[in-house]
Parts: sequence; C-alpha cells; structure tokens
Amino acid sequence: MPNTPEHPCRITLGDEGPLLVEGPVEVTCADGSVAVSDRFVVALCMCRRSRMYPWCDTSHRRRTKPGEGPRRSAD
Amino acid sequence: MSPHRTGPSLPRARGVLSAGVTGYLRDEGALPDPDAARNADPYGDDLQLALYVCYELHYRGFDGVRPELEWDPPLLAVRAAMEDRFLTALRHDAPVESSLDEVLDGLLVEPVRGTGVSWFLQDRGELRHLRAYAAQRSLYHLKEADPHAWVLPRLSGRAKAGMAAIEYDEFGGGRADRVHAQLFADLMTDLGLDTTYGRYLDEGCAPMLTLVNLMSLFGLHRRLRGALVGHFAAVEITSSPASRRLADAMKRTGAGPAAEFFYTEHVEADAVHEQVVRRDVIGGLLEDEPGLAADITFGITATSFVEDRLGDRLLTDWQA
Repeated sequence: MPNTPEHPCRITLGDEGPLLVEGPVEVTCADGSVAVSDRFVVALCMCRRSRMYPWCDTSHRRRTKPGEGPRRSAD
Repeated sequence: MSPHRTGPSLPRARGVLSAGVTGYLRDEGALPDPDAARNADPYGDDLQLALYVCYELHYRGFDGVRPELEWDPPLLAVRAAMEDRFLTALRHDAPVESSLDEVLDGLLVEPVRGTGVSWFLQDRGELRHLRAYAAQRSLYHLKEADPHAWVLPRLSGRAKAGMAAIEYDEFGGGRADRVHAQLFADLMTDLGLDTTYGRYLDEGCAPMLTLVNLMSLFGLHRRLRGALVGHFAAVEITSSPASRRLADAMKRTGAGPAAEFFYTEHVEADAVHEQVVRRDVIGGLLEDEPGLAADITFGITATSFVEDRLGDRLLTDWQA
C-alpha cells in the first residue's frame, strides 16, 4: 500500500516481540547493510537475538528447560 | 474417459471403507455401509484414507473420477459418518481444559531442548530421513494454505483482512514462483523426489492423512470455522522455530538451496503470520463472535494432538 498522508504506514508496537511495519520496506542496519522486503507486513527484530536480523525469527520467545513449562506440540 | 490425466490416481485401498469409496468413485461398486465407519479406528489407515479421498474431490479430484461425484449425496452421507467418528474421537482425545490465552501462551514458550521430529532432523537427520519427511509432508505442502482459504467467506472485518493478507503471502504475493506449494515442489526436486501432485498418497502414513483431514474437516464446515482459525494459529505459531531447525538440517546435509530456502522463508514469513493471526485473525474473530473461544482452543489442542501422533510415528520408524 502506498505511503501517503491519507494512508500513513502503519506500525504496531507490542509488549514484547517484534515491531510490525507495513511493507514493502527497505531497512538500513547499523553496519550499513540494507535489507529489503515486499511482504505485506514485516516483523522487525527488537531483541537483537534473531539469526535473520533485522527480521524477527521468534528468538525473543521465553525459553524453558526440559521438564518445566507446559506440554506443547512435538514439532 | 478423457485421454489425458485429470488428476492424481486413486490410491490403493487399505480396508473396507477405502475399498468401498474408491470402487464407488470408479463406478465399479457399492458404497460401504456407514456402520463400517462407526466401528472403524478413527485414526486408522482405512478410515483416514477413505476420508482423504472424499475430501480430495474438493481440491483436485482424481484421474478418471467424474467431477459430479464431489457433491454426490450417498457419498456425502458416508463421509458424514466418517467425519462424525473422527471428530468425536478428536473431541475426546484433545479436550479443551484451559483458556485460549493459556493454550496460546503454552505455544509461545520455546524449549531449550526438544524431542520432536524437527529436533531429531536438526541433530541427526540424514538425507534419507529428510526425503521420507518431505514425501509425507508433501500431502499437505503441495496444497499448502488451500484448506485455510475456505474460511475466508466466513470471516469479516479485521479477521478477514488479516487472514486474506496471510493467505496472499502463502500464495506468493501474486508471484507464481513464490507460491509456498511451489517452493515445496522445489525442495522436493532438490531431494530427488517426484513433485507430481498426489504422487506419495500411497506412502502417506495414517497420522499424516489424519493431519490433512483435520484441515479439510475444519475448512469445509462453516460450523468449525473457529477450529480452523485455531488450527491455523497453531501451525503459524509453532512454525518459525521448527523451520529454523529444518533449515539447519537441510544445510548440514547439503540437501540443496531450494530445500534450505523453503524453511528459511518459513522462519521469516511465519514470524510475521504468527503476529497477524493472533492480533487480527483471532482478535478480530473474538470481537465478532466471542462465543467461538472454545472452538478456537479446540482447533489448537486438536492440532497439537495430531501433530504429536505424526511425530511419534516418524521417530518410531526412524529409531527402530
């Protein structure tokens, strides 16, 4: 969607996790590298743990050690 | 009959239900008695294959099967008996015992170490395991996101817009070479597998058929729209970390660039989809229909139950 005064780019901040930004976007990182995505929304990593930085890879999620935490799908 | 193929071949039967259904579709025999469905193993090869064949008529159909049979009342009656057996078993085996928020929170916690299939493949998977895994998963991934498209007319507002946006991404954002089903076919090519739609149906184990049937069941019935949304959320939320492990498995084994890309694309895409499905699809649907919270939760618990059975089956086969 074009970024106009009538339709400004929508950015969503949550309590935790990534910053959601309507795409397409071009992101310049601190080291000068440029990442481009034409996805309808992109999730920008805020925790800096992502292996796909600047994109979120869900590395911000809370971790549990074996034997603690709820049972979940064996994916 | 048309001289050219019009879809995949009908599979080999695995019992009275699947023999009856495939025979009927060939115009060669009578339908099975619905009582046979009521007495069958709800997760067994026979019922799940027969149900899969009934559902496939709504996707691509089968070579040599008349398209009109998609809406054949006697066939739909047998399908309904099988669906009732399946759904009753799922509601018993995947009961809703926690709130939707609690169940979602459980999915959002990632273990430091896990024991599921993606962990096995990441740590010890060989190419033969990855090929076997991809052949099974091809029953879904060659129609990736198709069963979920059926929910769109049943949603409105924020839920519809969010779901449609995710589906647009699943279908390549307008580019045929980026359709996720095509990316999976490219993965299969890297692994030396046949990309023909339906090619591995005969090899499909009962738990894999069960997983695809779960999506078709939830997708085809408007009354199960909440469960479909819950199922979709469970898939999107658990996909990114598992896809990372599978991408690492593909890289370590040298499976090929397309095989690796399928999973790295899912790490990135599903980290977005997970956010949109929770905020807009679930959030929007609950605004419109607050009474669906338990159905959404059931879609999640049923998906975890069916995925666990598939994982157990694959690991048992590989560790035998």
